[in-house]
Amino acid sequence: MGENIRISLRGIWSHKMRSFLTMLGIIIGIAAIIAIVSTIKGTNEQIKQNLVGSGTNTVTVMLTKDGMPVSENGGDTGGATVPELAEDDRNSLLSIQGAENAAFYHSRTYVDNVYYLNNSLEGDTIYGIDQNYLDAAGLQLKEGRGFGKVDLTDSRRVCLVNDAVADSAFGGDDPVGKVIDIQGEPFTVIGVVTSSSAYEPVINSETDYYMYMSSGTSTGAIYIPDQMWPVIFQYDEPQNVLLKADNTDDMTSVGKQAVDILDAAIASDSSGSLSYASQDLSQTASQLQQLTSSSNVMLIGIASISLLVGGIGVMNIMLVSVTERTREIGLKKALGAKKRAIRAQFLTEAALLSMIGGGLGVVVGIIMAQLIAFVAKIPVAISIPSIFISVLFSMAVGIIFGLMPSIKAANLNPIDALRYE
Amino acid sequence: MLLDLRHIYKTYGDGELSVPVLFDVSLQMEKGEYVAIMGPSGSGKSTLMNIIGLLDVQTSGDYFLDGQDMAGKNDNELSEIRNRTIGFVFQNFNLMPRETAIENVALPMMYAGIPRKERLERAAAALEKVGLGERKSFFPTQLSGGQKQRVAIARAMVMHPPLLLADEPTGALDSASGKQVMELFGGLNQEGTTVLMITHEQEVADFAQRQMVIRDGRLHEKGGASA
Repeated sequence: MGENIRISLRGIWSHKMRSFLTMLGIIIGIAAIIAIVSTIKGTNEQIKQNLVGSGTNTVTVMLTKDGMPVSENGGDTGGATVPELAEDDRNSLLSIQGAENAAFYHSRTYVDNVYYLNNSLEGDTIYGIDQNYLDAAGLQLKEGRGFGKVDLTDSRRVCLVNDAVADSAFGGDDPVGKVIDIQGEPFTVIGVVTSSSAYEPVINSETDYYMYMSSGTSTGAIYIPDQMWPVIFQYDEPQNVLLKADNTDDMTSVGKQAVDILDAAIASDSSGSLSYASQDLSQTASQLQQLTSSSNVMLIGIASISLLVGGIGVMNIMLVSVTERTREIGLKKALGAKKRAIRAQFLTEAALLSMIGGGLGVVVGIIMAQLIAFVAKIPVAISIPSIFISVLFSMAVGIIFGLMPSIKAANLNPIDALRYE
Repeated sequence: MLLDLRHIYKTYGDGELSVPVLFDVSLQMEKGEYVAIMGPSGSGKSTLMNIIGLLDVQTSGDYFLDGQDMAGKNDNELSEIRNRTIGFVFQNFNLMPRETAIENVALPMMYAGIPRKERLERAAAALEKVGLGERKSFFPTQLSGGQKQRVAIARAMVMHPPLLLADEPTGALDSASGKQVMELFGGLNQEGTTVLMITHEQEVADFAQRQMVIRDGRLHEKGGASA
């Protein structure tokens, strides 16, 4: 074996240019896979960091019907009465071990009837929030003021906007004091909020994620007093709950207990088709991670085609090599080499050729990943297992495509081989 | 008896296009004999050599090597028999161009499964014996014709095969180098190796105990060692 490796390396080295060109297919294939996998991993790690590491430890509890949040299915409750959430409910939620804050809110995504002067703010999310929401969601005031008690109790037409809206909708002007038109009602902007998280961008939902991946920005959000919600939207829309847990580890258990408490409250007065479901950020994170992985499976498929082509290149050059070394094969058989020995020699050469290609591919792939990180501002994380798998995989490609040429070599008739000119 | 060929025929091709090469060739050699076969080119001497060397198969006739019938042996069995029983010396040396002298000599031992350390020791000793102890790490391109042939002889003998087959061993050498090669053959024969050599040079054939002539595919005894 060691002898075969030594002989093969000498053979590969003696045809440097040819060997390199043969490896090129493998190099490109492996490099593409490494770069793609690193990008997926980097994105996933950033998602996790932005979600779970943000320190907000937010748990969302939503009213669902048949597994779909009612606030996202157009308010369809199947005829059941929408349960109302009251201060009593808030108190029982706050009594959960590990729950730090609880906020009630309404929300609508992709609202289309929002304008500032003549500019449509279509696509932004509108939230109807209570006094606890900003803290529970990990938001802080950047400019202007927040909602005062009077704003909430007197149903004043005031609103807060987040960074994304502030940056995009007002043409560079200070948004505070401007009037936004929501569903035909004027709302005066009184403040700008921003995430208190140290990690940017903050991804709190799949919508945020898609926004970030497509434009690199966060979703626009406009916050109005929850008391104003029935004025501009439906009266029977359900309220959802935002809980803040003490720490990341508590998120899931706080969410579960909250669901139990809220479900018990609606059990008496609904038909049973409604239930609450909690979603914490670690769950969202893993969902998003699956999303990125599956969307990149196709890219890996395409890269595999390049590997296949590389393998065919290896086979081609091995066939040439067998022809060139016909005399050598004949001599080796005359000296006592069995078929197995000849086969092993050519298989070793094919496997080494593609393994070296794989190794170079890993290096090129890492450089490509860093370039992607630098140019496209997409985070990358080099995956160590993928490196090992790549090298083993390229070796397998070499063995598979080296099989035919090596069998051809082993089956040469020694006298024909020795006579070959 | 080491070598026993009985009524060997060899024909290339089929039907009307067939070319007969060997007619009813019989040859017996005892252990320790030194035989030279002479013949002009096209006489079939290389074909006979290839059949004896188990590189080619006769069309009909029986071949016993060291008492064993060679009929029906498969490719792998023949490789093993060649490895243990026959040492080859070719006119054009047939050394591996990218391997050093010692690696070339060690090659047959690799196919016998001998560990690398022992291979290198034995190969070094074999090179020493042919007077090339100083040139172990030389590549074939760095050696003269005579030196190359001596490396080839070391390689042929490193497995201590009972039979040495030499096909025009001096054909590509000047007379001084040729003489050295013949002296090596003589020495090996003295130690008990059976030598079968093909040549078309009478001076070379004179080193053998027994001379035979092949002409138009038929093998004849030539008689005494001195012509």
